[in-house]
Amino acid sequence: MKVSSLNYQKTLALTLFLILGAKLSTVSAQKVEVIQFDQLNTIITEKDAPIRVINFWATWCAPCIKELPQFEALYEKYKSQNMEVILVSMDFVENLDDKVKKFALKKSLKSKLYLLNETDYNSFIDKIDPTWSGAIPATLIVDSRKNKRIFFEKEFKEGELENSYLNFIK
Amino acid sequence: MKKILSIITIELTMLFMIMVSTAFAPKSSDEGYKVGDTATSFKLKNVDGKFVSPADYKSAKGFIVVFTCNTCPYSKLYESRIDALNLKYADKGYPVLAINSNDPVVQPGDSYDEMVKLAKSSKYSFPYLQDTSQEIAKSYGATKTPHVYVLEKQGADLKVAYIGAIDNNPREAKSADVFYVEDAVNSLLEGKPVKTTTTKAIGCTIKWKQA
Repeated sequence: MKVSSLNYQKTLALTLFLILGAKLSTVSAQKVEVIQFDQLNTIITEKDAPIRVINFWATWCAPCIKELPQFEALYEKYKSQNMEVILVSMDFVENLDDKVKKFALKKSLKSKLYLLNETDYNSFIDKIDPTWSGAIPATLIVDSRKNKRIFFEKEFKEGELENSYLNFIK
Repeated sequence: MKKILSIITIELTMLFMIMVSTAFAPKSSDEGYKVGDTATSFKLKNVDGKFVSPADYKSAKGFIVVFTCNTCPYSKLYESRIDALNLKYADKGYPVLAINSNDPVVQPGDSYDEMVKLAKSSKYSFPYLQDTSQEIAKSYGATKTPHVYVLEKQGADLKVAYIGAIDNNPREAKSADVFYVEDAVNSLLEGKPVKTTTTKAIGCTIKWKQA
């Protein structure tokens, strides 16, 4: 009786440990770094960086959320080929915990996550792309080695993102 | 013969579909008005059931036309600032005319009934008009909410004097320190040229009818 209760406690402890461990690792994989435009610009213009697919989205933007799985799938498929997907949330910084982190956890987002903490959009929007009207979803693909970038202000329909990416890296 | 006929039918159908899709495609942001253009007038249903037109405002010097809606977080953030603009400038000759162009089928929170409710609960001091056909948003080139057009009356014409955002901080009214719309209207009232005539309106995309 004593032995089995000990075993039970051990199993319980181990299970708790495993659950906690798994939770902690997902949390750390989905941390959201708060950045300002200068830092984002460094990421965009960094020399000899991987090809970067940078998507601007927000938790309140339905078409953004609809197309997010395409970005995750693109990352999974091509991450071994010197590329990374960066999801830049345009949510307000006060919604970091209750909206953005919660959403990232719920959807188990694997791509790199940032929250752009800027309020004066007109001060930076043209620097990302002059054709950007300010609407999201919007996506910038950058290849700093080839000094190439392409900008999309639209929602990618199923399959469109991968095609655009493949066309870009041709 | 049957085969040829069916091919012709398919081609005709496709041609028709192309025509239809072109006819209903929303205008891109390149279209619509630029500063200096003459804007079209309109007559749209207000939340009180009456129709409102710029032509009703005989003594106005111009208008602050705001494309906005019930549902966009940015519109909500600007709600009281839009009201403040009207309170400040209606008597000086530049009343606010707010227009909701979202398709309520796509965005049920923007139905006429919901507009009536919001205008009541928020005690709007300005008309809140429904652009049922979305024609006004399209001809102005409005793409977002909120998206502002400051119009100046020149004779019978409404000249576009400013297009864009209300100020430089959607998130926090008290942290805004550049007031694009106020600066534009102040300049017009003083008879001076508007300094910043165009900015990018930040907000939610207008929800167009699905073709």
